[in-house]
Amino acid sequence: MAGSYDRALTVFSPDGHLFQVEYALEAVRKGTCAVGVRGNDCVVLGVEKKSVLKLQDPRTVRKIVMLDDHVCMAFAGLNADARVLVNKARIECQSHRLTVEDPVTIEYITRYIAGVQQKYTQSGGVRPFGISTLIIGFDPNDKTPRLYQTDPSGIYSAWKANAIGRSSKTVREFLEKNYKEGLSKDETIKLTVKSLLEVVQTGAKNIEIALMTADSVIKNLEIEEVEAIVSEIEKEKEAEAEKKKKPTN
Amino acid sequence: MDAFVNRFKETPTFWADEISMLDGFGSYDAVKEFSQPVFEIPAVQNANCTDENSDSECRIKIEHGTTTLAFKFQGGIIVAVDSRASAGSYIASQTVKKVLEINPYLLGTMAGGAADCQYWQRQLGRHCRLYELRNKERISVAAASKLLANMVYPYKRMGISMGTMVTGWDKTGPNLFYVDSDGSRYKNDVFSVGSGSTFAYGVLDSGLDYELSTNDAIELGRRSIYQATYRDAASGGSVRSWEFIGLYDVGKLHWEYCGL
Repeated sequence: MAGSYDRALTVFSPDGHLFQVEYALEAVRKGTCAVGVRGNDCVVLGVEKKSVLKLQDPRTVRKIVMLDDHVCMAFAGLNADARVLVNKARIECQSHRLTVEDPVTIEYITRYIAGVQQKYTQSGGVRPFGISTLIIGFDPNDKTPRLYQTDPSGIYSAWKANAIGRSSKTVREFLEKNYKEGLSKDETIKLTVKSLLEVVQTGAKNIEIALMTADSVIKNLEIEEVEAIVSEIEKEKEAEAEKKKKPTN
Repeated sequence: MDAFVNRFKETPTFWADEISMLDGFGSYDAVKEFSQPVFEIPAVQNANCTDENSDSECRIKIEHGTTTLAFKFQGGIIVAVDSRASAGSYIASQTVKKVLEINPYLLGTMAGGAADCQYWQRQLGRHCRLYELRNKERISVAAASKLLANMVYPYKRMGISMGTMVTGWDKTGPNLFYVDSDGSRYKNDVFSVGSGSTFAYGVLDSGLDYELSTNDAIELGRRSIYQATYRDAASGGSVRSWEFIGLYDVGKLHWEYCGL
């Protein structure tokens, strides 16, 4: 039929790999880092902000987006692909509200996004999305914080804390070592900032933090607040270093 | 040159198969599912041949006669229906089941065309089960009634005759919705549907109180149906009420209520 593509670009290799999907994961690994941490009654997203070029308006470069009043998402990888996926997800959130008369659950919208990503690995003429996403939020009338991750292959799963993008392996190992159950709000934010600092050498001006609490209130921390936390962390690090240097009698 | 451009004009985001593939993971987009039925509906497209008011020659006489009612009270929901099926002035059956179990906690009542009600409520039951499997929780009554309303809307004015009450228990408590084939969907605490509904409303409204005891509420439902069957030629048979309280023959009830 003229006008529609019928040949799939993502095909199996002889040893069972979908190379396009794996290359998409490579693209994700080149993107800026994003971290999500689940606390006792809150969930925090932190992203690495690329240095804003001199003539660029920093307000138009946002990597943490709202899918609905109670769902928030950060991504790593190709920003343009993210825009398309975010748009689809936003439409689905409203569509769900219309037909089911209830806001989406976080698991539902994650399943939808993962489904879209999977579809693009099995359709003619398209390539997979080059992004992994971290989706946070609270289900309607529920106080349990939720954090989900999707990747270009269409897999999704729930996490207590996760990192995607540049140096995600390092950050995830850091999180595994330092994560504790039942973190308070401040502790969660501190852990997120600390883990991002492993990647972001330049400090607070390249970090963006968003905090979501049970009443679906989203707070984007101001740069001053982030700077305060960063200096607190640095003071603690210095104190640790001092303790180690002092000879133990 | 134009042919070459046309081949690549379509962007990947608008293919027909994308729309059908979305069903794979439970997207309920009403816009995308708004489709005309794939088969040809003979002669009904232009004339509403089932509606006696618009076409006096009314080629298809659908069984309309019925009385169904449902109301909320402190103990839950009472659903009471009659059981007569009439085709014109002929009583086709006195033992029709007009309360349809969509699933173990959702009920639908039948008023209008029996086949239409049964078919669409079976379809609704299928969708509700799929929702349960995909989302690991029961569907709400609001969502179920909305699904039904959206399913029949594309067939509006094509001859479906269905006036049903969708009721049940969900996270927000007992709920009662009215859905019909004209596309209406209402939420309320008391409904009566069918040719005998006006008679039932009379009795129901005068006796209705949220604080009724369960037995009194059952009695009210039973009495309302009885009164409707007494006056409405198209309603009769027996009163069937949910939780399968019982099957009361209105003939015997007549003697009970009037023979005193």
